[in-house]
Amino acid sequence: MKTFDYVKPATVRDAVTAASAPGAAYLAAGTNLLDLMKGNIVRPDRLVDISHLPGLDRIEDLPDGGVRIGALVRNADLAHDENFARRFPAVAEALLSGASAQLRNAATVGGNLLQRTRCAYFYDTASACNKRDPGAGCDARGGDNRLHAILGWSESCIATHPSDFCVPLVALDAVVEVEDKSGRREIPLEKFHRLPGDTPERENTLEPGEMIVAVRLPATAAAFAAHARYLKVRERISYAFAVVSAAVALRTDGDRIVEARLALGGIAAKPWRSREAEQILAGGRADSALFRRAAEAALAAAKPSGDNGFKIELARRIVLRTLNLAAAGTPKRMPALPASPFASVSGDAVHA
Amino acid sequence: MNFSISLTINGAKRTLVFDDPRLTLLDLLREGLYLTGTKKGCDRGQCGACTVIVDGRRINSCLALAISQDGANVLTIEGVAQGDRLHPVQAAFLAHDGLQCGFCTPGQIMSAIGLIQEGQAGDDPERVREAMSGNLCRCGAYRGITEAVLEAQKALDPASRKEVA
Repeated sequence: MKTFDYVKPATVRDAVTAASAPGAAYLAAGTNLLDLMKGNIVRPDRLVDISHLPGLDRIEDLPDGGVRIGALVRNADLAHDENFARRFPAVAEALLSGASAQLRNAATVGGNLLQRTRCAYFYDTASACNKRDPGAGCDARGGDNRLHAILGWSESCIATHPSDFCVPLVALDAVVEVEDKSGRREIPLEKFHRLPGDTPERENTLEPGEMIVAVRLPATAAAFAAHARYLKVRERISYAFAVVSAAVALRTDGDRIVEARLALGGIAAKPWRSREAEQILAGGRADSALFRRAAEAALAAAKPSGDNGFKIELARRIVLRTLNLAAAGTPKRMPALPASPFASVSGDAVHA
Repeated sequence: MNFSISLTINGAKRTLVFDDPRLTLLDLLREGLYLTGTKKGCDRGQCGACTVIVDGRRINSCLALAISQDGANVLTIEGVAQGDRLHPVQAAFLAHDGLQCGFCTPGQIMSAIGLIQEGQAGDDPERVREAMSGNLCRCGAYRGITEAVLEAQKALDPASRKEVA
């Protein structure tokens, strides 16, 4: 690990000033950043430790019915906040399907949004990677790429965004509050992460020095609580990143779908919302014919970036399965294996 | 440049001075304080061998910068027994053969103590396995570990669970 200057600001204002210097990086829990620094993948000159800043660790119900989650709220605290999990169950399920209990106890909301891809070529400094070293090339293109992107990728980069949390968040219209020296602004989460294009090193729309201070969910997001699920296929039962995941949230009237939200994870450089699928679902009767059409629409633009054509059909099936699970209703208690296709909730069929 | 932090480690308040901001909590415990019960397995947050309890929460000490932990209360495997009396989780690991080579065991035990305190798993072995998935055991003692966690949890009534960590 390269050494660095350590700065511990007392306020957000001091933090954004300290972080506007070239080569500076914010340190919250460090669960991803320290790993990247140990591997020499990221080499900041200065760490701005924001983990002790006051006021950023609160989950606040807003007067309009929305919720504001401070950037330093720990993943575990958000997932186990009863009021939050009851109103946004798919978000809680996604959080609990990610990482391990130890990591969820440390990792923060803001850090989750900013975590880097787990593409093995990004992590291996002996490999060519346009994201780590712009212009170097992409060894993933001709390499072991069965887990790489099937949507939104470019010739420069086929990496995926690893977050579970962001998938239901983007489906539910989450907004990111960011701050720099000139003040505060808001970015819809859907516009927060960028597709790679020719600049895969630019992963989000933050300006240099800008800091995430909170993530907000609007009141409308809570209207889906009765029919909201997250489902995640992994290569082992627990403690693994998604091969493919999906978040579905439905607002229903009898067997009619009034409004639908659908997003996919593990398939692109950003959490992938499918408005095409949502439009097909809205106003329709919740049955398998409709769900199949929605799944087709969600993956209509998908194409393999390597040996990963299987992920397209897998993603269709996961969308279909998640739609069935969401239509059946949010379980009363969090499944023992959150978001797992192998989970069985007592009394519920494994295959919905 | 020297950095100075104060930590409460296994109940004792310590002031620690070091000159490298890269020092992790894990390396501070092992190499600065010779508390070598906490193990370094992968050093990348993947194996759980370095699990300790910081301010009541189990975390991977290999992914925590020491400099960022100023003021924290740290519990390590060295601090869980009372003299010669084993902690109920330690006793349960022995009773259920929850180990073979023992390298992952301190992390497993600290993780189990954290799990019991979190109170999310109940008596469901599936929930216990899921909540222990951040601790790898290459000897494959998982069955004994799960049994040990369930038994220790039963032995610790809810009122005392908060105190174990």
